[in-house]
Amino acid sequence: MIRQLHNKLVAGEITAVDLAQQYLRVIQEKDPEILAYLTVLEEQVLHEATLVDEKLKRGESIDLLEGIPGAIKDNILIEGVRATSASKILDNYIAPYDATVIARLKSVHTLFLGKTNMDEFAFGSSTESSAYQVTKNPYDQTRVPGGTSGGSAACVASGEAVWALGSDTGGSIRQPASFCGVVGLKPTYGRVSRYGLMAGASSLDQIGPIAQTVEDVAIVFSRIAGHDPCDATTAEGGYEKKYEDYLGNDVRGKKIGIPKEYFSADLDPRIKALCDTAIEHFKTLGIEVKEISLPHSSYALPSYYIIQPCEVSSNFARYDGIRFGLSIDDKEDSREKTSTLLETYLDTRRYGFGAEVKRRIMLGTYSLSSGYYDAYYLKAQKVRALLKQDFEKAFEQVDFIFSPTTPEPAFKIGSKTTDPLKMYLGDVYTITANLTGVPAISFPIGSVEEEGKHLPIGGQLQGKWFDEENLLCVADAFEKIHQKNREK
Amino acid sequence: MLTKEEVENVALLSRIGLTEEDIPRYQKDLSAVLDFFRELETLPTDDVMPIGHITGRTDVMRSDESEVCSELEVQHIMHNVPETKDGFVKVKSVF
Repeated sequence: MIRQLHNKLVAGEITAVDLAQQYLRVIQEKDPEILAYLTVLEEQVLHEATLVDEKLKRGESIDLLEGIPGAIKDNILIEGVRATSASKILDNYIAPYDATVIARLKSVHTLFLGKTNMDEFAFGSSTESSAYQVTKNPYDQTRVPGGTSGGSAACVASGEAVWALGSDTGGSIRQPASFCGVVGLKPTYGRVSRYGLMAGASSLDQIGPIAQTVEDVAIVFSRIAGHDPCDATTAEGGYEKKYEDYLGNDVRGKKIGIPKEYFSADLDPRIKALCDTAIEHFKTLGIEVKEISLPHSSYALPSYYIIQPCEVSSNFARYDGIRFGLSIDDKEDSREKTSTLLETYLDTRRYGFGAEVKRRIMLGTYSLSSGYYDAYYLKAQKVRALLKQDFEKAFEQVDFIFSPTTPEPAFKIGSKTTDPLKMYLGDVYTITANLTGVPAISFPIGSVEEEGKHLPIGGQLQGKWFDEENLLCVADAFEKIHQKNREK
Repeated sequence: MLTKEEVENVALLSRIGLTEEDIPRYQKDLSAVLDFFRELETLPTDDVMPIGHITGRTDVMRSDESEVCSELEVQHIMHNVPETKDGFVKVKSVF
């Protein structure tokens, strides 16, 4: 899609301003119902589009992504633009600088339509914990778009943006991509800079693209990947590669592993059937498919839900009501007119954070507190080492690991909000890629029918560390054969 | 299940103010998740080395130099500060 739009821009069939206006119109029409955006940057996007048109008029060549309108998750900073992370504690926060991914995208003059809704601070799996609005799934507006990058996935699926950036700590790019029938990539930990991404769980967070096709995802990914001196956890190199140029390479002879632990008897038979069809497609492409074992899989979820809140509880000390964000220092429940330091902390965080944020901070604080550290955090880090060993062994036999992205299609709004544990269990297929750091991509493999609505189902491929090139290649080959079969 | 006092204590350590009505809900929610963590107890890990950083990068160094912010950058940062005095961030007295 990006390539076609780029060709039209270069051929003069459309202008960048036309394109931006077209997307702004779709936002105006659809977003009052979908509620994917928290902020729309109409003036800025039109101004930037004018600059691209001037460049084209001068006959200068433009980048593939130049002038192509996208959307940015609200926990990623754009200088001078409000960034709330969908939390009341940052209601008035204006980003003082550009995230590295934003600076990179600005350098190729892409367009930012706005900031997208998300679960508050990216904790959740449905975008329902946003302090502002509940984004709807474009395929069935009584259902969630997934989360936490629900706004980003929904705006791409509903045609309110060509591409979007999300962030993924436990599946937050892939699960909403799956629920909304689009493609989402969580890169290898360390491939994309986290500078300017509001920290959640620092050893798990990674920014990645969401778009309609694997090629579009590759195009955006190429322009955000690479080493950044501002994020010491980024790996060397990686910014010179154009991943879209490798698509179409021969995938014959590659090997995909099917972990027996991911396909237990209680997997939804409709999803199992779609996975079986997908496996047949892989075989048609000349890819060898074999069963593998990831023996520690069942320990991934409890381990994740210890590590993530622990890191969160530490990172979130910054929301103190002193340096930035909401500050409450003389509410009626304070004991004195002017609150003490402790009262400011307690009140600011009580009113500023939603229930899920409070739960995670308290869980993390509890797990890290004296006497519990060994039983929880240390234990979870050991399980993490075992999970990594599982993957290392698997990758001696195969190049990729295939599974569904989620154990179910998009669920009804409100159906899980009262039971946090139930919400957590839906992350079973996605979280291991964050714990082990491997890259993982979700792409549509079909749909299931519920109440007359066709709900998309995503398949997930996990690849070797820093092997996004082959991962994107196989996903792209699958997408083409899947498309061809749908047209039959 | 966590006691009322345990929830109050962890909330205080977390610097989160809770109301009386909040407490039973967090007792229930936090206990359910902590029980779920129990699954890990069945897995022997005595000989396993824990890992924190997954891609194995260590000791990333940079020179210890201060950078001077532009006036505009300072303005952007100070704009977000709830309370300032004479161009400084105003902090509550600690003692």
